[in-house]
Amino acid sequence: MLILECPYCGVKADETELHPGGEAHLTRFGPGSSDDAFESYLFMRANPKGVHFERWRHAHGCGKWFHAARCTVTLEVFGTYSAQTTEPPSDIIEKIAARRPGWAKESQA
Amino acid sequence: MKRYSAFALAREAFRNHQGWERAWRDAQPKKHYDAIIVGAGGHGLASAYYLGKNHGIRNVAIIEKGWLGGGNTGRNTTIIRSNYLQDPSAAIYEKSRSLYETLSQDLNYNIMYSPRGVMMLAQTEHEVRGYRRTAHANALQGVDTTFISPKKVKELVPIIELKGPRYPVLGALWQERAGTARHDAVAWGYARACSDMGMDVIQKCEVTGIQREGGRVTGVSTTKGDIGCNKLGIVVAGHSGHLAEMAGFRLPIESVALQALVSEPIKPCMDVVVMANTVHGYMSQSDKGEMVIGGGADGYNNYTQRGSFHHIEETVRALCETFPMISRLKMLRQWGGIVDMTGDRSPILSKTPVENVFINCGWGTGGFKAIPGSGWGFAELMAKGHSPLTEAFGLERFREGRFVDESVAAGVAH
Repeated sequence: MLILECPYCGVKADETELHPGGEAHLTRFGPGSSDDAFESYLFMRANPKGVHFERWRHAHGCGKWFHAARCTVTLEVFGTYSAQTTEPPSDIIEKIAARRPGWAKESQA
Repeated sequence: MKRYSAFALAREAFRNHQGWERAWRDAQPKKHYDAIIVGAGGHGLASAYYLGKNHGIRNVAIIEKGWLGGGNTGRNTTIIRSNYLQDPSAAIYEKSRSLYETLSQDLNYNIMYSPRGVMMLAQTEHEVRGYRRTAHANALQGVDTTFISPKKVKELVPIIELKGPRYPVLGALWQERAGTARHDAVAWGYARACSDMGMDVIQKCEVTGIQREGGRVTGVSTTKGDIGCNKLGIVVAGHSGHLAEMAGFRLPIESVALQALVSEPIKPCMDVVVMANTVHGYMSQSDKGEMVIGGGADGYNNYTQRGSFHHIEETVRALCETFPMISRLKMLRQWGGIVDMTGDRSPILSKTPVENVFINCGWGTGGFKAIPGSGWGFAELMAKGHSPLTEAFGLERFREGRFVDESVAAGVAH
């Protein structure tokens, strides 16, 4: 069972209390953007086998969106953090680097 | 290859079964092939088979990192049906279903196709309307389905409870010619037929890199050395993104775990497949007597081949209301497969940004039923560069907004 700590209300919630929201840190493109950028924003996903940054909503709790860093192979959670950011905070990156030597964050296409 | 037959069985019975030969050769890679298919699951093997059978391309290798049919081919609930709403889906799934009907004879390998009928329960008013619409669409597509009354449902499935307070049965979409088949046998049968045509089925051979020159792929690096090819087909389901990254393009795919479970074996009690999409549960009885139950998919990216416990609880809880007699069954095994979900829940059979690389993926939660049709279409695409079956399933549909939108429109369990 996947357990994530909501960074807003501090509750350790299991996955039935949460709603997954897919890949985090996508740059939003809209009217006026190129077809490539729009397609990439709407459909293209990193889908990594390993470290994944993703959005979650504390649906049956405070109701807020937050971000989590998690391994998609082992379900290990490296940490959760506020959604008010465009990239993972450095302490999360450090935690991942400590657990996954050699790992590097992909640049977003 | 010695053919399997009643005569062969009798002959071997008289000599202590000493004469059976390997179903497929334990091949090692050659230096170069006309075509390489990555992934020896059902779709990969079927693609290779029809490349040889329909298009005469027989210098082919099918390479597999694990063992043959060890991924989702051996992890699904073996349901075969074609009652989809959109025309392109109905076309490829119906082609597939009709190929399944004669596949045992085609391959000279008993895949145990059992056209027992598939019933999709309508448990809300919306589903009633949706399935009536699907039945009409199917009539126009030449797919034989009907919308049946609760009374008929009860006749076909005596163990069902129609008046469940929360999920009453209001009718069902019934496809009489749909059914199930033995999933492993489909992979084995195709592998045997491919090997017989001179193709190399190479197991325990993981692709570690893809060699490119200019805009083309020249071969793959594997754990068994470099192998050259003129054309490359990527048919690796949940791991498509990984391979596509090696070839240098991205895919609109996310991988999640989809679960299934089986009960202890019991006496025959249900001779059709029942799907209940409102509650994400479906059930059929295997030849061994186990109730085979398919459940929901996790909502988050996942490669664990396990799945979340609460999905099992939700599925089983809802099925217990519709089938009260299963409430006392013990569940023997549970497992998960990694399914590759696209944005419109339809597959991708497509050329790619790399000229001689083709991709067949995105079958999501419903790939098993599509194996022969997918192989048929994908082989044509690889051989000729286009195929009427795969036309609508190109990668460019996401950019152009021409979705084959089954996720909201039809009775697809997901």
